[in-house]
Amino acid sequence: MADTQKTTDSKQPTAKQMTGADILVRCLHEEKVEYVFGYPGGAVLHIYDAIFKQDGFKHILVRHEQAALHAADAYSRSTGKVGVALVTSGPGATNAVTGIATAYMDSIPMVIISGQVPTYAIGEDAFQECDTVGITRPCVKHNFLVKDVRDIAATMKKAFYVAASGRPGPVLVDIPKDITADLCKFEYPESVSLRSYNPVTKGHLGQIKKALKLLAEAKRPMVYSGGGVVLGDASAHLIKLVQAMGVPITSTLMGLGGFPASDEKFLGMLGMHGTYEANMAMQECDVLLAVGARFDDRVIGNTAHFLSNPRTIIHIDIDPSSISKRVKIDVPIVGDVKSVLADMNELIATEKASNQFVQNTTALAAWFKQIEAWRSKKCLNFAQSSEVIKPQYVIQKLHEVTKGEAFVTSDVGQHQMWAAQYYKFNEPRRWINSGGLGTMGVGLPYAMGVQLAHPNAQVACVTGEGSIQMNIQELSTCAQYHLPIKVIMLNNRYLGMVRQWQEFFYENRYSESYMDSLPDFVKLAEAYGHVGMQITKPGDVEGALKEAFDMKSRFVFLDFITDQKENVFPMIQNGKGLSEMILANDIGAEDL
Amino acid sequence: MRHIISLLMENEAGALSRVAGLFSARGYNIESLTVAPTEDPTLSRMTIVTSGSDAVIEQIIKQLNKLIDVVKVLDLNDGKFIERELMLVKVKATGNFREEMKRMSDIFRGRIIDVADGSFTIELTGSGSKLDAFIESLDKAAILETVRTGASGIGRGDRILKV
Ligand SMILES: Cc1ncc(C[n+]2csc(CCOP(=O)(O)OP(=O)(O)O)c2C)c(N)n1
Repeated sequence: MADTQKTTDSKQPTAKQMTGADILVRCLHEEKVEYVFGYPGGAVLHIYDAIFKQDGFKHILVRHEQAALHAADAYSRSTGKVGVALVTSGPGATNAVTGIATAYMDSIPMVIISGQVPTYAIGEDAFQECDTVGITRPCVKHNFLVKDVRDIAATMKKAFYVAASGRPGPVLVDIPKDITADLCKFEYPESVSLRSYNPVTKGHLGQIKKALKLLAEAKRPMVYSGGGVVLGDASAHLIKLVQAMGVPITSTLMGLGGFPASDEKFLGMLGMHGTYEANMAMQECDVLLAVGARFDDRVIGNTAHFLSNPRTIIHIDIDPSSISKRVKIDVPIVGDVKSVLADMNELIATEKASNQFVQNTTALAAWFKQIEAWRSKKCLNFAQSSEVIKPQYVIQKLHEVTKGEAFVTSDVGQHQMWAAQYYKFNEPRRWINSGGLGTMGVGLPYAMGVQLAHPNAQVACVTGEGSIQMNIQELSTCAQYHLPIKVIMLNNRYLGMVRQWQEFFYENRYSESYMDSLPDFVKLAEAYGHVGMQITKPGDVEGALKEAFDMKSRFVFLDFITDQKENVFPMIQNGKGLSEMILANDIGAEDL
Repeated sequence: MRHIISLLMENEAGALSRVAGLFSARGYNIESLTVAPTEDPTLSRMTIVTSGSDAVIEQIIKQLNKLIDVVKVLDLNDGKFIERELMLVKVKATGNFREEMKRMSDIFRGRIIDVADGSFTIELTGSGSKLDAFIESLDKAAILETVRTGASGIGRGDRILKV
């Protein structure tokens, strides 16, 4: 490919000059980009021609721009590197918006390049023109419109820097077509500095000491960790701190894996579908250390109820605007979670002799005794059946068969919550889902991004028959790139999460939540050249999973026909407080 | 409470819409917003008059700081400051009104900057409340048209907002 000489440009470059398109490609090389997820179109044809002539990165052709964004997003989530997507102007850009907003809500570093109509046509309602910078402004960390070929390199450098630094997020670079044909010399800036953007990293030492003291003196200390721990690669530091202090810890949906689920101190996920012990401990603790979490409405339930129990709150976050946004914070620590946790660990170690930060062990023992009492409710127990497949059981078996080591992506709905509850993540960046925006349709493209980043890893996409159909076209992409993903579809023939709410809050009026006219998913998978399996009996679940994961080089679509009316428990209803959960046995489920 | 927030931002296309978009997206009030380039042409200075509880104002400041184009933010209400706004009012100036308008303008230290057969245009600067007071004191029927710039603010003494 590299030696195909094709100079179709009308403007002949001089020895040192390059087209904007070539410059763009070179920028991506400089940033050591491995994959670009994209879809071509008129406004980006020069760029695609430049891609044709290079072999520094691989372009992955998706079947819908939304999937390009999700795949790049998951590439980033699973590696920590910046994800890159490329789309054309107009519909290409609008199709990308859901993916951009999804990444934005979960603070995922991405650079999105969008084509734009030529500069001279902007504002004339040209074919495939849309105000991409305007449309995406509320859902990007920052965006740029490049109006001069000489600005491409500097803008790309800034884009990667802004995306990955501070609180990460997607950055969009909109490039008009004529700019990609214009010529100039390529020079990639060595470094970048913006007078208006200087994210803090080091936390305030005085505040950190104060926090440690409060935690040591606490009777009922608690750690609440979030996605920031995963994104900030701070897991090892968090584990060290929690072990040193010996305190209980819970995690948000986005933080799962940041602290090993198999550890005794881990109380499971908290929030709307969190465990009884995690939510009770969160409510009852007297000193709370929040690390890279943002007191989201799905996490603390009714804010007034949460605040009705007095507790001292310490909050570590890189984004000052996350602090005291929903809940007033007593000890704010603005900084990179990794750096702050490292400072905490160091202080504990150096101050060992002075006994300054030693826990009150008697109080801690009593606190754990209380926690054990909550734990003994076994809130995640469910009624097993020999007739019909319980969705929770599928996830338990998935965990067993993959030895807890798989990357698990999920869509949005009941299946997502079951995956979060029953797949016990012991490592960060293994659990990939849309927490903030809650975007149905992410599961399959997420799995693509993860599998490309980790070619030899086991990648499972836990989905529902509703969600999977939102990006089902990507079965084709998976075939093209031989991605051996395993789709674990929990097929309840309902938009289950919607149905659950209708059951609870709308007297079983299942308005438009039944999924009718479902395709034969086995045949559908086969039509794309994949392996399809349908599993209807509980006894076959484990065998099917083993068989699927043994097919190491094949994409396998497992259609599990599950109990139609299973609900996700525990559950905190909208407007209720953390300690006001409904448990499975409250509504008469047996076997608890 | 009413707050006046001053900020310096990169003088770049779209910077204004980022600020305006932030206020609408997060449901913050904007009473007025003025913006113009500074003596350093790469920077624009903006004055935003808003209102909200302390917690809301704290969020507004943090969110503004988070915008990549925003270089510096200052809540003028954190210290002593001066606020000025310019208003142009076109009033009826026929018969009795002609004398009356001249008198009112003088009382409020306005200047008549355009004189036509049936109307005067009065220029007035001051704090927002002074301008309000002027409007209040005019006979409603006499007011033909008004235009206000929105407040500009600056800290007193050595409170300086500069890069
Ligand atoms: C794009 C999008 N549209 C609508 C919703 C609202 N929603 C949340 S969960 C859900 C049902 C999901 O159904 P399914 O994928 O079958 O999963 P289940 O809940 O049955 O496990 C819906 C419609 C959403 N989250 N995303």
